[in-house]
Amino acid sequence: MRFPTMREGRGIVLRFMFFMLISGATLLNSAAYGASGKILATPGVFQVEGAAGGGLVPWAQLAGYASDEEFALNGFCSRAQVDDYRLDVCGAQANFYDRVEISLARQNFSVAALDAEIEQDIVGFKTRLYGDIIYTSWPQLSLGVQHKKLADPAIAYLLGAEQDSGTDIYLAVSKLHLGAAAGYNFFWNVAARSTDANQLGILGFGGPRDNRTLNIELSSAIFLNPHWALGFEYRQKPDNLVVREDDWRDLFVAWFPNKSVSLTAAWLDLGDVAGQSDQRGWYFSLGGYW
Amino acid sequence: MIINRSNIVAALRRARGLIGLFLGAIFLAACAVHPKPSLYEQLGGREGVALIVDHLIERIGADDKIFHFYAETKISRFREHLQGQLCAVSDGPCHYAGDSMEQVHAGMMIQEADFNHLVELLIGAMEDAGTPVPAQNRLLARLAPMRGQILHR
Ligand code: HEM
Repeated sequence: MRFPTMREGRGIVLRFMFFMLISGATLLNSAAYGASGKILATPGVFQVEGAAGGGLVPWAQLAGYASDEEFALNGFCSRAQVDDYRLDVCGAQANFYDRVEISLARQNFSVAALDAEIEQDIVGFKTRLYGDIIYTSWPQLSLGVQHKKLADPAIAYLLGAEQDSGTDIYLAVSKLHLGAAAGYNFFWNVAARSTDANQLGILGFGGPRDNRTLNIELSSAIFLNPHWALGFEYRQKPDNLVVREDDWRDLFVAWFPNKSVSLTAAWLDLGDVAGQSDQRGWYFSLGGYW
Repeated sequence: MIINRSNIVAALRRARGLIGLFLGAIFLAACAVHPKPSLYEQLGGREGVALIVDHLIERIGADDKIFHFYAETKISRFREHLQGQLCAVSDGPCHYAGDSMEQVHAGMMIQEADFNHLVELLIGAMEDAGTPVPAQNRLLARLAPMRGQILHR
């Protein structure tokens, strides 16, 4: 018998807490306890860095079902499994009056071949500057910040990264067009992000080739009905290190059975990651909303 | 042959008849295959709209969140005017005979969450009525711009 290390212990406790949060959300009826002032599915799902968004790209919507008079709290866990790596993320999001979003996320990146894990924490802040994805004729506009701190920077420094923490700033615009695609609801989001993070920050910040760059991130989806959305995302990536970093893509399907949970599955194409080429695989994400 | 602007213009001019014929054919084919039904027809016409409104009234009657707004409402008048309005906004052969949206909802202080909740009751009512999803979305698209006349009054 082998006892878990401090780090593993922390991971287990965290996972247990999120499991409890999410199963709690599913059990409690959202109508009785939580925010429900937005239309089903319109808050979107859970982005890998903790913001409300698609899987890869932050959206202009703020997390959860809070309207201008409500408060919302969400929890989620996601897993991305590609050929040589795995990324697990769990996080929590709060929405204050559909004006301010605060998020926390912990990422665990595992490299099976090296039996190594890299952990990163992200604190996010987003504020809605203008509009509503459905009701205003101009799109909704939000400004966000993600501050990232790498707990295990050894590999990042080895690959030439300059820092173990960094801050991304992004502007996101989103719009849902009712009935616009042959009668189906059509959604799009564009985000512009200023960042010095390498592979989200898991490989550190800055590097020999570049430091801060501006990257464009796109999402689009079609709603088959109020419960099901199909879409794609494209995330332009920096390329600061000597090991090459590619743009990311996914195709996703999201299911919103009610306002308490959502489930997302995606096919990922992450290109070259830390010296391994053509990283493709799957992504699953489960979240609960109050 | 040198490709320059006047050549291209000349080529387009030569092709003008053909292009016109081509577009005309597409247009005619599109019309012949899909004589596009009005939104009113997609909603099921008179019966369809009446069914949607009845299911909506049923759902409002059973709702905890927004029923209180309607506690004093005369159902027959509400039914008639809402039918007339849904018919008129969906290009049906009707004229909306009620008061303006501002007047009807004055003094109610309807909030964003109330509005979205009614939209969801309406989606439920359209589901009950068997309205196809594209027709549901198109109707919502025509009602959504009225939100500004209804909220916070
Ligand atoms: C796009 C959204 C809406 C449309 C198109 C709409 C339309 C209408 C129409 C046509 C009437 C009947 C008018 C008349 O009798 O002259 C009406 C009445 C009413 N509406 Fe709305 N409405 C909308 C949203 C809402 C919302 C969000 C609420 C509250 C949550 C609400 C509460 C009422 C009430 C209580 C009445 C009855 C007023 C009375 O008793 O005379 N409406 N609405």
